[in-house]
Amino acid sequence: MIDWVWLIPLFPAAGFLVNGLFGRWMNFDKRVVAWTACSALGLSFVFSVLVFFSLLQLAPEARAAVPDRVLFDWIVSGDFRAVVGYKVDPLSIIMALVVSGVSFFIHIYSVGYMHDDPGFTRYFAFLNLFVFMMLTLVLANNFLLMFVGWEGVGLCSYLLIGFWFDRDAPANAGKKAFVVNRIGDFGFLVGIFLIFAHLGTVEFTGVFAKASTLDTTTVTIITLMLFLGAAGKSAQIPLYVWLPDAMEGPTPVSSLIHAATMVTSGVYMIARCHVLYTMAPITMATVAIVGAATAIFAASMGLLQFDIKRVLAYSTISQLGYMFLAVGVGAFSAGIFHLMTHAFFKGLLFLGAGSVMHAMSGELDMRNMGGIWKRIPITFWTFVIATLAIAGIPGLAGFFSKDEILWQTYNSGHRYLWLVGAAAAGMTAFYMFRLLFVTFLGKCRASDEVKKHIHESPAIMTIPLIVLAVLSVIGGYVGIPHVLGGRNFFDEFLAPVLGGPPLGSGGHTAFSLVRPAFAAGGLAEEHGFNMEIMLMAVSVAIAVIGIGIAFYLYLWKTEVPKRLGERLKGLYRLVFNKYYVDELYEACFVTSTKRLGTFLWREFDDGVIDRSVNLVARLMLGIAGVLRRIQSGRVQGYALGIILGAVIIILFLIR
Amino acid sequence: MVEQVFYWIAFIMTSMTALFAAVMVITRSNPISAAMFLVLNFVSVAILYLLLRFPFIAVIQVMIYAGAIMMLVVFVIMLLNVEEEERRKKIAVSLAQVISVVLVLMLCAQLVVGVGIQKIPGKHGAFTAEQLAEVGDVKAVAQMLFTTYLFPFEIASIILLVGIIGAVILSKKER
Amino acid sequence: MPADIPSLYFLIVSALVFAIGAIGVLVRRNAIIIFMCIEMMLSAVNLTLITAAHYLNSLDGVLMVFFVMTVAAAEAAVGLAIFVLLFRNRKTIKADEINLLKG
Repeated sequence: MIDWVWLIPLFPAAGFLVNGLFGRWMNFDKRVVAWTACSALGLSFVFSVLVFFSLLQLAPEARAAVPDRVLFDWIVSGDFRAVVGYKVDPLSIIMALVVSGVSFFIHIYSVGYMHDDPGFTRYFAFLNLFVFMMLTLVLANNFLLMFVGWEGVGLCSYLLIGFWFDRDAPANAGKKAFVVNRIGDFGFLVGIFLIFAHLGTVEFTGVFAKASTLDTTTVTIITLMLFLGAAGKSAQIPLYVWLPDAMEGPTPVSSLIHAATMVTSGVYMIARCHVLYTMAPITMATVAIVGAATAIFAASMGLLQFDIKRVLAYSTISQLGYMFLAVGVGAFSAGIFHLMTHAFFKGLLFLGAGSVMHAMSGELDMRNMGGIWKRIPITFWTFVIATLAIAGIPGLAGFFSKDEILWQTYNSGHRYLWLVGAAAAGMTAFYMFRLLFVTFLGKCRASDEVKKHIHESPAIMTIPLIVLAVLSVIGGYVGIPHVLGGRNFFDEFLAPVLGGPPLGSGGHTAFSLVRPAFAAGGLAEEHGFNMEIMLMAVSVAIAVIGIGIAFYLYLWKTEVPKRLGERLKGLYRLVFNKYYVDELYEACFVTSTKRLGTFLWREFDDGVIDRSVNLVARLMLGIAGVLRRIQSGRVQGYALGIILGAVIIILFLIR
Repeated sequence: MVEQVFYWIAFIMTSMTALFAAVMVITRSNPISAAMFLVLNFVSVAILYLLLRFPFIAVIQVMIYAGAIMMLVVFVIMLLNVEEEERRKKIAVSLAQVISVVLVLMLCAQLVVGVGIQKIPGKHGAFTAEQLAEVGDVKAVAQMLFTTYLFPFEIASIILLVGIIGAVILSKKER
Repeated sequence: MPADIPSLYFLIVSALVFAIGAIGVLVRRNAIIIFMCIEMMLSAVNLTLITAAHYLNSLDGVLMVFFVMTVAAAEAAVGLAIFVLLFRNRKTIKADEINLLKG
């Protein structure tokens, strides 16, 4: 069964080709388009499940050593060989499951959400292409093919952010995403080049087998470069600026690409390269610090936003920060675990937001909502579940994964980072419940026109909501911490690839360099267990406090926020305007780049290149003017030429 | 001895005739008389072939060149009824023509010098004149044509076919 | 015996005929005469081949001549057809008045 892995990405590719090539040409009915797209994804999901189960039947050690499924040679040149091949191991199959599963439900949801859009066919073609690229990314067995997927998802992200390209904002947002991602991709590409230059191969198996021959400096540079790529794709500081703007795309796209799957590919990539990363402590520390900083920075930006999707966008950035924090402290499986649960509940939150927009005639500003929960009960309750999950309330998916990350962070000796993470968790709880309260509860502030139209979404949209809500509840139970008497199946499943959970602690000072993740020893188990329970309690308490504040400010004393805002005007404005980062970038990079571009255009392009090209052209014209006289059209002249040639040749021959 | 002398005389006379005919071909203004001198040239070249003991090729030369091709040429000349090149009053020789003649004379000198200082290169074959006389050169040529040169022979037939079709298509009246 | 006449003389005759033909090609204006000169040059080359065949006791040269004649015949058919067509369209077969190839 494992040999059939190549079918997983094949189905979405086929769906893309069918809808993309023939959809418009043959004027497919919407139902045909929807069935093609969704059944492609469904088949892909089924095959992911089948491969997953056949992988489960192998012994744990054998799971990581399944031979790559090589389809064909792609580029062969000298020593260089890149193939189109797929790798099946616990890590990639979990990613494939998450991607194909979540995509499948979001596809179904989209059928309802995009039903009246004129670009229906185009939308589903792009969406299928995206899934194909994403599956290529996670299943690739070498860096180059992974890069293909990496660029492919970037392209689809661009196409789908700018889906409504006839409006300015989405088109510009798409451009911004593309340009910012380019910076990251440059890093990724340099990383791949360095890997090939030093190791002579780009295949994962070969690279990781030979990794030990690299010296620390090289590994550090390579991993930093790869991390730059990851930061671009996964919206980390300083390259996060594109993600909030990406919310201009259709909401299911935000849900699928900019919350559940594409933006997490950076985390996946680092987990995939964990062999390299664990060799480079400096990079690991960088990743952890950037992750923690992003987590709290983005969370604070989300505190005061009123656009429902932007809140979720900042929340996504913040949660991605968590994942990077996890992989940065060596807790790779915790990072992937959070990636999975986050895909469930954040996907659900976005779909819920889409459902709210659907009900509110496209309204995005939560100040114009409120009190609508009775009218859209399914959306409301699934939203509540997702909010509870992301806030880290015990019993739901988010609790297990977030707690795992915080515990691992603390355990690895990064206590300050733990503090940052915990604070960000509190903020998360606060802004999510603020969103929930302001949007659904309280008085309705919508206009009468909108109010009349409020209605629950059709079943085709609510069923994915319910499925994802169920997953948000039970998704965490595959990885219950030992301390709560459970068994961390998730960790065990990934252990053959990621080298087991980083047990124990060895950190001395908070910012000491990260020791290799597998180092054993450290705190006594008993002590560790007590500590873990304590930390758990603390983080739950912080979350509850956050919820309490949100309740106090936005349900109980609704006039307080305004007063607070006026009292702390400067701070308020700073945070509300997202720390003016966009303006800063505009001033620092965009303007100067534009000016440089204009300068080069005027001076270099016009002055040097164009002029020299014109010079060559004029020169040629002059020469040709002389030479064309030779071509008189008189056959005898040509015969003369032949004779002349013969004379010259014979002169050489009889010399 | 008498035979030798006869051969020498025959050679000198036919080659002189050939050269004379060639010169006449390029100097006649009337195409028909040029064509007639060309026939003379071909026939004398055929006699040279005979002197070289290849009667078969000599016959073919007369039949194909002097017979078929020249008849075609004469036919076309008559068909087109081309007016004679008007005799130039003065000898208006253009620069290009002078250059042409000079160049060709250079080429000719080179050729003569070339054949003078160099032996005929190439492998000696198995067919001496005596052997050929014994078997007959028609038989010998035919044997090679249908064994060693079978493939080029077939190609030659295709070339002829293409020539026929080309001629028909080209001279067909367009409607 | 012709063996006593050195091959050189045959070759010189052939070179001279070839040169005269070349002059004709370059100097004459009547396309049909040019065509005839080309045929003459071909036959001069044939003479070279036959001479070589004779002095090398080989038949390869003879067969080459055979093929040259075949090609010459085909060329004559097509070439003369072109002249007919040319004359029909442009009312002339003067080589210097036909300059369709002018660049």
